[in-house]
Amino acid sequence: MSLANFSIMRHELLLIAAALLVLIAEIFWNPQKRGYISLFSVILFALITFAGFIPSPSGSLFGGMYVVDGTRLLMKNVLNIGVLLVFVQSMTWLKKEENEEKISEYFLLLISTIIGMNYMISSGHFLMFYIGIELATIPIAALAAFDRYKNKSAEAGIKLILSSALSSGILLYGLSMIYGTTGTLYFNEIAKLFVNNNLQILAFIFFFAGMGFKISIVPFHLWTADVYEGSPVNITSYLSVISKGAAVFIFMILLFTVFPVIIATWQKTIYVTSILTMTIANLFAIRQQNLKRFLAFSSISQAGYILLGLIGGNQLGMASVIYYILVYIFSNLGAFGVVIAISNKTGKENMDDYNGLYHTNPGLSLIMTLALFSLAGIPPVAGFFGKFFLFTAAAQKGFYLLVLIAVLNTIISLFYYLLVVKAMFINKSETPIEKFRNDFPTRLALGICVAGIVITGFASIIFEVIKNLSFGV
Amino acid sequence: MDILTLFVVIPVLTMTGIILVKDTRQVRVVAAVGMGIQLIMAAVLIYLYLSARQAGNLAEMLFVRDIEWFKSLNIHYAVGVDGISVAMIALTSLVVVAGIYASWEVEFLTKEFFVSLILLATGVFGFFISIDLFTMFLFYELAVIPMYLLIGIWGSGPKEYSAMKLTLMLMGGSALLLVGILGIYFNSAPGGGQVTFNILEISKISMPMSAQRIFFPLTFVGFGVLGALFPFHTWSPDGHASAPTAVSMLHAGVLMKLGGYGAFRVAIFLMPQAAQELSWIFIILTSISVVYGAFGAIVQKDLKYINAYSSVSHCGLVLFAVLMMNQTAMNGAIIQMISHGLMTALFFALIGMIYGRTHTRLINEMGGLMKVIPFLSVCYVIAGLASLGLPGLSGFVAEMTIFVGAFQHPDTFHRVVTILAVSSIVITAVYILRVVAILLLGPTTNEHHDHLTDAKWFEKVSVVTLIVSVAAIGLAPFWLSSMIGTSLQPIVNKILALNPF
Repeated sequence: MSLANFSIMRHELLLIAAALLVLIAEIFWNPQKRGYISLFSVILFALITFAGFIPSPSGSLFGGMYVVDGTRLLMKNVLNIGVLLVFVQSMTWLKKEENEEKISEYFLLLISTIIGMNYMISSGHFLMFYIGIELATIPIAALAAFDRYKNKSAEAGIKLILSSALSSGILLYGLSMIYGTTGTLYFNEIAKLFVNNNLQILAFIFFFAGMGFKISIVPFHLWTADVYEGSPVNITSYLSVISKGAAVFIFMILLFTVFPVIIATWQKTIYVTSILTMTIANLFAIRQQNLKRFLAFSSISQAGYILLGLIGGNQLGMASVIYYILVYIFSNLGAFGVVIAISNKTGKENMDDYNGLYHTNPGLSLIMTLALFSLAGIPPVAGFFGKFFLFTAAAQKGFYLLVLIAVLNTIISLFYYLLVVKAMFINKSETPIEKFRNDFPTRLALGICVAGIVITGFASIIFEVIKNLSFGV
Repeated sequence: MDILTLFVVIPVLTMTGIILVKDTRQVRVVAAVGMGIQLIMAAVLIYLYLSARQAGNLAEMLFVRDIEWFKSLNIHYAVGVDGISVAMIALTSLVVVAGIYASWEVEFLTKEFFVSLILLATGVFGFFISIDLFTMFLFYELAVIPMYLLIGIWGSGPKEYSAMKLTLMLMGGSALLLVGILGIYFNSAPGGGQVTFNILEISKISMPMSAQRIFFPLTFVGFGVLGALFPFHTWSPDGHASAPTAVSMLHAGVLMKLGGYGAFRVAIFLMPQAAQELSWIFIILTSISVVYGAFGAIVQKDLKYINAYSSVSHCGLVLFAVLMMNQTAMNGAIIQMISHGLMTALFFALIGMIYGRTHTRLINEMGGLMKVIPFLSVCYVIAGLASLGLPGLSGFVAEMTIFVGAFQHPDTFHRVVTILAVSSIVITAVYILRVVAILLLGPTTNEHHDHLTDAKWFEKVSVVTLIVSVAAIGLAPFWLSSMIGTSLQPIVNKILALNPF
């Protein structure tokens, strides 16, 4: 493999190297020094994230099975930022006694899922895509069951692996039909041979259902809330941001490059599912008391908004989706960061427990408020810009009614986000969460999230860079 | 930095200052100084504006500043003012200063209170200086959201319910608005070319009629929700009644004017054909607002509810006048916005001060306050007289202009609704005089109220500022109405050129 090829594949190769290094470190460091493995992994991953931003040529390897261009690199880099944040956020949690001997497993499994996601995003062939998607899902099931002595966590793991196996089956069935009608699994060849016959439409529907499961859009969302609630909070935040983001990215690429012929069909499909996703998820979110379930439904509804960026099939749409995922990473990880910090200290995860939080922990409350406002799309934070651009992208293609429904849905979402704000600022509590001080990694992660939430919106350069790297149908 | 951007920067600096200082006394001082500077800036702006006009500068907007923000979407940070925005900015700075003095005694979470209050003001100032629809919308939402915390934390009564209702209804309005703005944006280049958010550029083209018919109602109702357009006014009584004094002042005094201003600057200015075609629907709705609000005020017993319904009536009159779409009525609409802004702020300030002493806002639990707290009572009478349109105070000038303008339409429909709307003056007189009689005159009915203390110095500052302004507009309306009139001319000309009637 030449140096140029290495540079093209550097995301995956570096990650594999990192995974091996973590394993080696586990063997060679004596048990007392296990705690350093987290720091070591975080530093390694920070280097990889940094290396991802070095400009490199685009190209394809293995006869077109593996493709890299500017857009895909950008997507990988966006995800890397999020993963790095998740890594930093989990450092405190991993220091707990029951997790100490599993630190390297944690990082190993997480890194393998990222390798899977990167392969998935870079795939140019459906088999490659399938391998990537499985590699990205199966280790997460192990991670969801990470608290193995807790029933709920084990349940989450089993639920995730079973429902993901089912969805993979459906996906593969769709792919087999595509292969049967076109005789190839290469993306660029399928795009040429797709002719809009009924079997191919059926194949697309199966494919859509499989992807719908990964992105957790209604009606394929039923696994989400239970898995999110049962998993450790760090894994929940990873699932809701990174897994979802990666699936959206490859889904978008496939829609725009492989299925442009049947754009009218998938526009209708997305139209209906996005309305269902937003509305149903928002209505369910209102009734949640557990904050993890609450954020689970909120993240399902966010997927509904993201679909608005896909529906137009335009360049602006792709740009706004990538931008929104970046904003969403900061906002959702900010919200989860607060939940993680409080869960680590007190084990409390219910909305009632947050009553009067502002009076004891003003900093955490303000960060939570900022993150929730960003999720709701309130200016001047980044979520406002993200949502505005998503809606602009849909409006550009004339989907005004859909935009109106989506904006009205943001009002519902604002209602339940404000319930949390109300709990923290207005409600009184006999036994509020006591004042505590977070350790350095937690504060660092929260600080990065806040900076991201504030800066990503105002700094128009970020959006312009993304826009220039995007493409339309 | 240009002078208009300073109107956003100074509040931001004030907020930073408030966060940095330690005790509550310093917080108040910083807030008062910051907003005092803002008031001086507003005076300077008026002076600069008038001298520029006198020097013969005929541009539609002055002090224009245009910075490219999101290049690929052609979003700009664009600011500029004409006579109308200058007047609104002056109104805002007056009410904010009065509001700060009226909330001098807020003890609970003082720092957070003033930060939220000034954040709200920042949104309002930003809205009035914007000439780009994107920044305008951004500032609009920025002004709405602090209301939730302001009412929810520092309010009274069913504050959580009212705060939620108000926030969600106003955000619902902004949802319609967002779709309207996107519609305007994508139709802003009917002949091809770069689409734009810039109001001045859009006003030069004529949007396709099919688009106007869809997006005019969305935009108008979107702004109308904030302007208490019937049947979307229901947030207003609950919200105002639960809000703390300064928030009621700012909200009724300034924030509701965002609705009127936006309906006029965006909906009617950019889509005049659809406005003419569809105005009858909204004229009916606003007439209902005007009359229904006034009747609603008659039956209320809570001082704040009375004033909230009266605001629905008066703000309805603003939208009513805007929809008449001629020079006189629109001129009246702008003066009414300013007059009502000052007057209602004065009312809410006085109600807050009376409530702070008597601990009740129900009029039948109070009586004869004139003997106990003469200063506040006299001010209340003045505010009431301004509200019912006594000549010499601002309300008269505004309402007179509006009705004269509305009556210029020769057709029956406009005549009938005008007469209906005029009847609100009488109803206003009924509820104002009724309150004055029960609340202030006669013997004291409640012995707990015998030893109340009259206004303190900061309360006097707050009240006197507002009364002076109300009287100034009432006695010398012409400089104001000529400043507004010159700026209205091009807008009215544009409307008349389309379809004279």
